Amino acid sequence: MSLKITVNGHTHEVRATPDTPLLYVLRDELQLDGPKFGCGLAQCGACTVMVKGRATRSCVLPVAAVDAPVTTVEGLGTPAHPHPVQRAFIAEQAAQCGYCTSGMVVAAAALIATHPAPTDAQMNQALDGNLCRCGTHLRIKRAIKRAAAERA
Amino acid sequence: MLARARFLAGSAGLVVSFAVPRAALGQVVGNPSAGVDAWLAIDRSGTILVRFGKVELGTGIATAVAQIVADELDAPFAQIRVAEADTNDTPDQGYTAGSASLSSGAVPVRQAAAEARLAVLALAAAHFGVTTDRLQTANGVVAVRGESRRATYGELVDGQALHRTISAATKVKDPDAYRVVGQPIPRVDVPDKVYGSYAYMQNLRVPGMLHGRVIRPTPIGATLASVDETSIAGMHGVRVVKRDAFLGVVAPTEWAAITAMRKLKVTWTGGGLAPVNDLAAAVRAVPQLSEKAIVDTGNVAALGSSALNATYVWPYQTHGSIGPSCGVADVRDGKATIWSSTQGIFPLRPAIATLLGLPQSAVLVKYVEGSGCYGHNGSDDAAADAALLSQAVGAPVRVQWMRDQEHGWDPKGPAMVMAHSAALDSAGTHIATWRSDVWSPSHSTRPGGDVGNLLDGRLTNAPAAKVVFTGGDRDAKVNYQIPNYRVTMHNLSDGILHSSAMRGLGGTQNTFANESFMDELAAAAHADPLGFRRAHLTNDQRALDLLTALARLGTWQARPAAANVDRSAATVRGRGLSFVRYENTEAYVGCIADVVVNRKTGQVRVERLAIAHDCGLIVNPDGLRNQIEGNAIQAMSRTLKERVAFNTSGVTSLDWHSYPIVRFSDVPEVTIALIDRTHEPVLGAGEATTTVIAPALGNAIYDATGVRLREVPFTPDRVAAALRSA
Repeated sequence: MSLKITVNGHTHEVRATPDTPLLYVLRDELQLDGPKFGCGLAQCGACTVMVKGRATRSCVLPVAAVDAPVTTVEGLGTPAHPHPVQRAFIAEQAAQCGYCTSGMVVAAAALIATHPAPTDAQMNQALDGNLCRCGTHLRIKRAIKRAAAERA
Repeated sequence: MLARARFLAGSAGLVVSFAVPRAALGQVVGNPSAGVDAWLAIDRSGTILVRFGKVELGTGIATAVAQIVADELDAPFAQIRVAEADTNDTPDQGYTAGSASLSSGAVPVRQAAAEARLAVLALAAAHFGVTTDRLQTANGVVAVRGESRRATYGELVDGQALHRTISAATKVKDPDAYRVVGQPIPRVDVPDKVYGSYAYMQNLRVPGMLHGRVIRPTPIGATLASVDETSIAGMHGVRVVKRDAFLGVVAPTEWAAITAMRKLKVTWTGGGLAPVNDLAAAVRAVPQLSEKAIVDTGNVAALGSSALNATYVWPYQTHGSIGPSCGVADVRDGKATIWSSTQGIFPLRPAIATLLGLPQSAVLVKYVEGSGCYGHNGSDDAAADAALLSQAVGAPVRVQWMRDQEHGWDPKGPAMVMAHSAALDSAGTHIATWRSDVWSPSHSTRPGGDVGNLLDGRLTNAPAAKVVFTGGDRDAKVNYQIPNYRVTMHNLSDGILHSSAMRGLGGTQNTFANESFMDELAAAAHADPLGFRRAHLTNDQRALDLLTALARLGTWQARPAAANVDRSAATVRGRGLSFVRYENTEAYVGCIADVVVNRKTGQVRVERLAIAHDCGLIVNPDGLRNQIEGNAIQAMSRTLKERVAFNTSGVTSLDWHSYPIVRFSDVPEVTIALIDRTHEPVLGAGEATTTVIAPALGNAIYDATGVRLREVPFTPDRVAAALRSA
C-alpha cells in the first residue's frame, strides 16, 4: 500500500508504515531537517509543523492520519524569501542552541496568522507547549511582536 | 565537512604554528596527530579559516572568536570561518567548559591572528619592495602608505606555505584599536537555525547509515538475563546487539528501530539503588574521597552558642537538553569515525578506542553541534552507543536517545549539602566568624580518556573509572572579608545517581547557600542586605561598583529584609538580592529578584530579574545579553521547578510532566546592566549568572513572607508547607 502526503507544496508517496509518526517521514524520508525529535510525547514542541494552518505535533501524528497539506519551517520561508517571523527571529537573535527554534517559528507563524497582533497572554498560551531550555523566551516574544508589527 | 576538506586541499595557505610550551597559551595540551598545529589559514579568496579547539555549544562562541580574529588580523568579519573541530585537524584545547572559551581558549587564537598579520606584512613588503613600516592593513588588504599599490591577503598568501611561530610575547592590539570586538555582531549560526537548515548532530546522515536504539537495564545496575528475539520476529532487517549489559537494536529505518526497541522482550536481573528517604542524609553518606579545608583563616573555634546555623540542600537535576543526545559512528575495517556533540573530542577519543578495542590512532572524532547541553549530558554516551552498534553490524549507525533515556541516563547535576555556622562581631554589624561544611559528589565524570567513565564502559564491565573530585568547591569560599573563616570540603565519590558537570558546577549550589546565608546574617544584624554585603567588600572596588550598578538597575531601597511582612494578605511581594564573584576570580554578577508569593497555594511568580554583570572586556554585547538572559531563565527554572525523582529502580522523572521546566507564561522581565571594562581581561559569561538566581529568589521569598527556604526547588507544595509551619 502507499500513502501520499503534501508537504511544502509538493506531494510525496510515502514508503513508511501507516503508524509511523509524521516526524520520521519528514526527517528520514523527505530529509527535512527543520522538525526535530524532542520527546515523542507531544510535550515539547520541537517537532511542530503546520497542518491546516494549526501548529501540530508531528511526533505523535501517524502519517496515515495526515489529511491536509503540511508546512514545515522550510516551507514557511527561505533566506531569499523569509517569512516575517523568520526575519524577526534573526533580527532579535532569538536563538541559542536553536534546537527548539523550528518549532517556535512554526508555532509563532500559526499564531500571527490567526492573531495578527497577539497579546502577551495570547503568546504565552500559543507557545507554552513549546519548551526552550536555553532561556530565549523573551527574545522569541520580542520577535513575534516585531513580526506582527511588520505585517500590520 | 566536504566544503571544508575542499578548502584545505585548495589552500597551500599560510600556516601559523607554535614553538612555545602550549601550556603557556591557555589550556592547550599536546596533540599527538600530525599537522594539527595550525590555528588559522588564509586561502586564495582571502577566506580565513580558524581552527579553534573550543566548540560551538549554541552560546555564540564561533561568532565571538571570529570577531577577535577580525580585529587582530585587520580582516573583514565576513571572510572568517570557524572550522568544525575534529581530532585530526584541530588544536587540542581540552573541554569546552567552565566559561573558559573566550577568557583562555581564545588567547592563542588571538596571538595566532596577530602573528599571521605580521606574516602577511612580511609577504607584502617583499611583494612591493618596501619596508613593513610603509605598509598598512585594513579589511583584509595591505596597502603601501601614500600610494595606490595594494594587495589582498589572499593574493599575497597565494601559493605559499609559510610557517611562523608565535609566542606569548607576540604583540596583540590595544583594545582601544578594536573595531569588531565590542560590537553586537549578529551570530553566524542563527539564520540557518531559523530556516531549519542548520547542520545539527541530530541531522547528520552518512551513506548507508542504519538507525540504532538502545535498551537500558531496569533497574539501574541490572545485568541482562535474557532477550527473547522472537518478540520482534518478522521485523525486516532488525538486528539485536548484545554485549554484557549493553543492549541495542539496529534497523533500516528510525521508526523500525524505535518499534523494535519497544517490542523486544528483555529480562534483567539484580541491580537497584538503595532507598533514599532523606536526600541530605543520603548525600552525606556517599563515600568520602577526601576532606580538605580550602580556606582556614583566623580561629573558627570561637563560634559560640549564639551562632547562626543553617543547612541548605540542592537536589539532583538533569541537563534537560531539548534534543535527546545523538551520535553517529562508522566502525569498519579496524577504523572508526565518530560524530559527536561531546564537549571534548580529544578526551572522548581514547575512551571510545578502548571500548572498541582499537588503537587510538584508528579513531577519528568529529564534533557536530547538537542540542544545547549545559554541561556533560548524554552526548558522549550516545556516541559510544553508536560506536558499539556500528562495530557489531559493520555499517554506519545513528543513535538518538529517547526522551526517557535522556532524562533517565544523562549524568545528573549533583545534589549537594551545605552547612553554615556564623557569628557577628560584638558590635553586631560584621561577620566575625564563619564556618562552612560542604558535601559534594564530584562534578565531573567526563570521559577523560577512561572507558570506565562511559555508560557503555560500565555496561560492558570495564574497570571502574577513578573518580577525580572536581567542581564541588567552586565558589564554596565567599569573596567577603571574614576574619575567622573556614570552609571544609567533604569531597565525595560519584553520588547516589551518576553525576557530572552541569552549568556552574558547585558554584550554583554553593552560591545558593552562601548568598542565602548572607541574607540570614544580614537579618540577624537587622541590616540592609545590600549594605551588609558592601560592608564586607570594602577591599574590592569592582565588587562595590557592581553592587552600585545593581542597586540602580533594580531600584533597591535600603532596609532590612522582611521588614513589612503582611501575614493577612493572599499574595505578598518581596525583593531579594545576591552577589558573586564567580570562581572567586572570574565575572562579577549580582541579581535583584522581585517575586509575588501566593500564601495559600505557595505559588511563586517571578516578576523581574535585574542583573548587573561585569566580565571585563565585552566581545559581543548582544551575545553576552543572550547568555545572561538564558542563564537567568534556566536557573530560575532549576530553582523553582527542577528535581530529579528516583526510586530503587532508577530515575522516575522521565518526561517533561514529571520533570517540568519553565514555560513562556513563567518567564519574568529580565533587565541587564553591563559593565564594560575595555582594558580588563575577558572573563567568561557562560555560567556566572546561573549561580546568583536561586539565592536572589530565596531572599525575595523571605522578604515577602519572613520564611526562609533552604532546599531547592521552591515548589508550591514546599513553599505552602513552609508558610503553614512558620
